[in-house]
Order: sequence, then structure tokens, then C-alpha cells
Amino acid sequence: MRHQEKTSSKHNFEECMKCTVCTVYCPVLQVNPRYPGPKQAGPDGERLRLKDPYFFHYALKYCMNCKRCEVACPSGVDVAELIQSARIKYDRSAPKLRDRILASTDLMGTLARPLAPVVNGVTSLGLTRSVLDATLQVDHRRVFPKYSGLSFECWLKRRAKEQAMYLEQVAYFHGCYVNYNYPQLGKDLVKVMNALGVGVQLLDGEKCCGIAMITNGMSARAKKNAERNLAALRKAGADKGMKVLTTSSSCTMTLRNEYPNLLGVDNADVRDAIQMATRFVFERLEAGATLRFKPDYHKKVAYHVPCHMERLGWGIFSERLLRMIPGVEFTLLDSACCGIAGTYGFKKENYEASQAIGAPLFEQIRAVDPEVVACDCETCKWQIEMSTGYSVQNPISILADAIL
Amino acid sequence: MRFDTVIIGGGLAGLVAGISLQQAGRSTAIVSTGQNALHFFSGCFESMQEAPERLTALFAGAGIHVHYNPGVRLTPLGTFREATLSLEDISLFPEAKFADKALIACVPGYLDYFSAFLAEGLEKQGIQCRLCSLDLPEELQDGSVERRSVQLARLVDRDWKKIVQQIRLLIKDEDAVILPQLCGLQDASVPEHLRQEIPARVVFAGTMPPSIPGIRTQRLLKRRYEVLGGTYLSGDEALDAQVEGNKVLSIRTHNLDNHALEASHFILASGGFFSKGLRSNPFRVWEPVFGVDVDFDEDRNAWYNEEFAGDQPYMQYGVKTDAALHPLVDGTPRENLYAIGSVLGGTRPELGNGAGLAIRSAFLAVDEILESL
Repeated sequence: MRHQEKTSSKHNFEECMKCTVCTVYCPVLQVNPRYPGPKQAGPDGERLRLKDPYFFHYALKYCMNCKRCEVACPSGVDVAELIQSARIKYDRSAPKLRDRILASTDLMGTLARPLAPVVNGVTSLGLTRSVLDATLQVDHRRVFPKYSGLSFECWLKRRAKEQAMYLEQVAYFHGCYVNYNYPQLGKDLVKVMNALGVGVQLLDGEKCCGIAMITNGMSARAKKNAERNLAALRKAGADKGMKVLTTSSSCTMTLRNEYPNLLGVDNADVRDAIQMATRFVFERLEAGATLRFKPDYHKKVAYHVPCHMERLGWGIFSERLLRMIPGVEFTLLDSACCGIAGTYGFKKENYEASQAIGAPLFEQIRAVDPEVVACDCETCKWQIEMSTGYSVQNPISILADAIL
Repeated sequence: MRFDTVIIGGGLAGLVAGISLQQAGRSTAIVSTGQNALHFFSGCFESMQEAPERLTALFAGAGIHVHYNPGVRLTPLGTFREATLSLEDISLFPEAKFADKALIACVPGYLDYFSAFLAEGLEKQGIQCRLCSLDLPEELQDGSVERRSVQLARLVDRDWKKIVQQIRLLIKDEDAVILPQLCGLQDASVPEHLRQEIPARVVFAGTMPPSIPGIRTQRLLKRRYEVLGGTYLSGDEALDAQVEGNKVLSIRTHNLDNHALEASHFILASGGFFSKGLRSNPFRVWEPVFGVDVDFDEDRNAWYNEEFAGDQPYMQYGVKTDAALHPLVDGTPRENLYAIGSVLGGTRPELGNGAGLAIRSAFLAVDEILESL
């Protein structure tokens, strides 16, 4: 048994045949020479760590968990999961105050929301950003997301009765971003679903999915959130048989894949019920449902597939949906990471790397010169808007704008 | 979701088929389980003795330039192999003695390049060799940094002028300079710049994988395919197929689970053992998606050649097909399914092997599909 423990591990690592293809597609390795790369940090390092935790290396923190190594791997090795699970298992260093703050999207949202105008004003001041940079090492060049005065949950609760009148119901895992920063996306989803004759409900007690906690060394708290979310998902998905829709690719990947694979929280009974809204809408339209589109609508859209959407393999649904909208002039952007990776790009030590990773994407967006960049991820939105000046919208918002 | 043709496998065969069908106005999707053999591409189209206009035009459309010069090419180990058609970065020589004196440049700490073997091989041909070292860019001077072809190529693409300066200082009376194939990853014009600016014949010698010209080829072909409206599903795996009679109706994939991909035609371009287009256990070899017949020896002892470096019989195993490349199931062809590329193994020797097999079989399948309409 002892021998087994020291030679076998989850995440398929023995399938690695050292072909190095993952090192080609790792965005971090191309810009940060201190990062050992997915092959060394993942399967190669795992072999050593199993013998002795001494071989765990702090440089694994440079992994953005973008999962591009897993998409590229011809042998089905879950490279990023190997790296993140090693961080969970071996990293004993306590997360910094800054990392705790960045990862606590739920808490920060709750605190900031009542004072939204003040918080938004203060965080956009150069002075505040300099202070945050000096005290917390949150890079001063980073633009902060704005907070909304009214949370999405409040907004939808006020409309619960009206939504309950629809014969068919779905639950919506809105995520922290829709709730605290950008309720408009949630409202857009409600508009689209209602147009399909479907009512939208909140989950009973949704918490932050926890992705930022996982990458910031707070997996114990992430696990707590996972368990509470699963209770809520079970109530909606398993008990009532509802689909649970999402508009954020990273939340979706966390709920579906990271819970069982990294946090050891079994989601088998509800996993299939969790779906990106674009997939749900596309499948409805494919099955014959119709939407009434504005007759004179025209928009030049460039679609960026977020890394986690690429890992889910569902970019095709958003793409098809956008192409279906009459009047949309569509360009698919090259598969590339924008560099933000959630909280990664907010950290002072990562800022330069983050912008260097995104540079080819920003360049392509400028060359295409769309009216709007479509993207299923909120942090990609911040990064692309800040770095290019182009406005970024979720495909659901673009669809909502195009229908009557 | 419905397409005219669904292709399983996004390597050279799958992309050539996909681009050709998109150009003919058909709608297609490619399901690709991870990256493919193009990442190990020598840059030379193995077993191609001709340069079909159709191929050169398809590549030129993607921004990839090939040249036709029957002769030999230099391998990473300093030997020479017959070659006819290759990417422009790869030098083809009428004969192995392509110079009198060669300067072989190496990169300190870069272990995937065998300059001593190259020198030995060239000396055998009567080419006098001298080795020299290139200075590393600052970013890579720290000894703990991973130095792989891709990291180096990015820096060379950016700083190729510095390489030119260094070589100009190092070169004496050599009429050839051998550089590791570490340029032209993002910017395909860099190999040509180096050739223009260095006052001797520049020959790029292959490195261990990942192959820089191969990665560039993959990226450009994929981009071309997407520009033509093709749907490339990266990192997804075809699981199984729904079949009625002798016709495949749809396939299911890992990521799309219950959302089947339907099509009128299917192309199996899933590669050989490395890409898991063929699977094996100690008793048999099988094709995992459609379960079509595979040609292999019942006697397991016949799978291997005891001489490790010799030809291994199992490398010839592949799916059985009829003349039109329809795979067989219990001897009966699946009428709307085609097998192309290395999943065929050595079962169709008339189509060649490696890149030649991928391209010839892809064109054959595309013609069959377009004619059947």
C-alpha cells in the first residue's frame, strides 16, 4: 500500500508521455521565465512530490489555472488539476491579506454594495490605487470593477411573483459579478428566458462558487461554499428537476469540474443540470423555439472564447447563438488567453505578465475593430475593456439587445 | 447540432479535409482530442514525391509556403534523408555535400539540439565544421529556467537581428551556417530575414519536439479553417456513434455529452496509437469511436520486433477500408464514413505514410464526399 501511495495519483498523471505539447500552449511560460511550466509543475513534479512533499515548489503559484494545458494535452492528463491540487495539498503558507481580500468576492460585494457610489468613486481615484499598490500590492494600473447599488438578488426577488407565473422554470446561478457588479447581465438573461416562455428563479442560498479562493490558497473556505452551493443546487436541480443556468464560464467550470476534482465534493447528481445559458438557449432554438428579433438590428461582434469556456468545450454554443442573430457580423477571435485569470492579473507581481499574455488578443481585437467584443467571462471583460477600450458584453446581453 | 461533415481529429489530415470541404461550400466541424502530430512535424512532407497544385494552393491560402526540390534534407541527428517537398524553412539539397565549410551555432543549456551529431554527420560528407555558441537573451540566463524550443523561438522572433549580429562576428570563411530551428513561431518571415542578412547559406537543423515549423503550420491551418467558417472543437473527445444500417447518423463527444453531432458524412482522422485513434490491450487492437475493423496480428508475439530500433510490425496496424476509404465493420463498408491519415497505419501503402498519407487520403475522401452529392 505504501508503495502505491507513493507512485499513483489522481488526474491521470501516469498517462503523460512527456511530449511537451502543454508547454507550447501555457500562456505563463511564454512570459514568465520563473514559472517551470505545466509539464514540470504538473506530471513531472507530481512524481517527485509523491515521494517527498519537500519537492513542492512555490513557483506553482504562477499557474493561472487557465486549463489550456489540459485542452492541448493529447493524452488526457489533467495538468492544471495536478498543479492546483498540489497547491491545496502541500502549500502551507497562509494567504496574504491582499489575496484574502481579492478572493472574498462575496464579502467584498456585500460590504461595498450599500456604499456603491462612494466605493466606485474612491477606487477610481489615482491616489487610492497608489495606496492599494503600496500597502496591498494590488497593481495601481488595474481598473477596478464598479459596484452596483441594487443587487441582482434584490431586483429578482421583487419580481419573483411575476417570474413564477411562467409554466416552465429555471434556476439561475448568477455569481458574485452579476449580483454585486453588473446586475444588467442577470436582467438580460431574464428578458431572454421570458421571451422563450421560461421563468427565472434564484437558488435558495447561493454562495460564491469559490474559484478565487481555490487559486488563492483558501480551499477550506471554498469547500464550505461548495457544500452550501450543492445543497442549493440539489434543491433546484435534483429535487425540482430544474435546469440551473449560468452566465459565467468560470463559475460553471468550478461548479461542474473543480468541486469533485479539486475539492473532493461530489456533484454527480446535479452536474448535468448545471448549464451555460447560451447552451440552453441554443438548444431551445434548435428544437424549434423562436425569438422575435429587431428588424433593423446591426452589430459587428468579435467573439473571444474564455479559457474556461474552451475547457468546457461549449464556446460553440455561444458562437452559434451569436451567428444566428440577424444583423450580426461575426468574427471568431483566435484562441488565446486575455491574461487576467480572475484575481491573478490584479496582483502587482503578475501585472506585467498579465498584460504581455493578453497582448496578441488585444492586437487582434484592434485589427478587427468590432462594435462589441462578446465573451462569457467577467474577468476577461475587465481585462479587455481596460486594455483595449472596446466594450465587452456577454453573448446573452447581445441577444437580449437584439430581440424585441 | 447538424453539419454536412463531422471530422474526428484536428491534425494535418483532418485540417486538410476540413479546409477543402469548407472551400467547397460545405459546413464542417472538427473534434480534436488535444494537439496532434504536427507538433512533431519535421517540416518535410514524408513520402510525397510530387507537389500537387491543390496542396500548394491550400497551404498558400493559409499563409504557408512550401517548396519542391527533389533531393535530401538534413535530419536533427546529422544524417540525410530523401526529401522532395517541404516547408520553405527546411532546406532541400540536390546532394548531401551542400557546402565546404559549416559554422554550427548552438545555444548554451538548450538540450534539445544535437550539434555534435550534426558536426559528425556533416564531416562524413566532407563538410568541415566549426561549433560556436550564441549568447542567450537576458531572460534565459538564469540556469533554472526551462529552455524549450518554444521559449527560445519567441525570443529569436523578437531579437533575430541580434542573432544576425552575433553570426556576422563569428563567421570566418564558412559558406554555410547551421542554426537550430528556433524561429518563425509567430512571425513566419523571420527564417527568411535570417537567410537574407547572414552572408552564407543558412540551414535550419531540426530540434527535438515541439517543432517550431510544425506548431506554426497547425496554427495557420486551424486559423484558415475557422476563417472559412469551420467549427474546431479543441480538447474534446469523440466517444461513440449512433449507426443505422450501414450509415453513421451522429456521434457523441465528451464535452457536449448528450448533445449529438449529426452529419451526412463522417471522417475518421483520429491518428494512430499516440493520438488514441487506435487503442490496444495485450489481446487486441481496436478503433474506439466506431469500432471498425482493424488489421492486426492475432498472435501477439508477432506485434513486436525484438530489435528495438527496427521496424515494428504494430506500427503498420490500422483500420481496414475499401477502395474509397470506407472503413469496414465485419467486412461491410460504412457508407458515409471515411478513414484518413495515420489511423490507416500501413494498410494503404499506395497512399504513402506520414504527411503524404495524411494529405493523399484526405483529398481522396473529400473527392468521394463531393462526388456523392
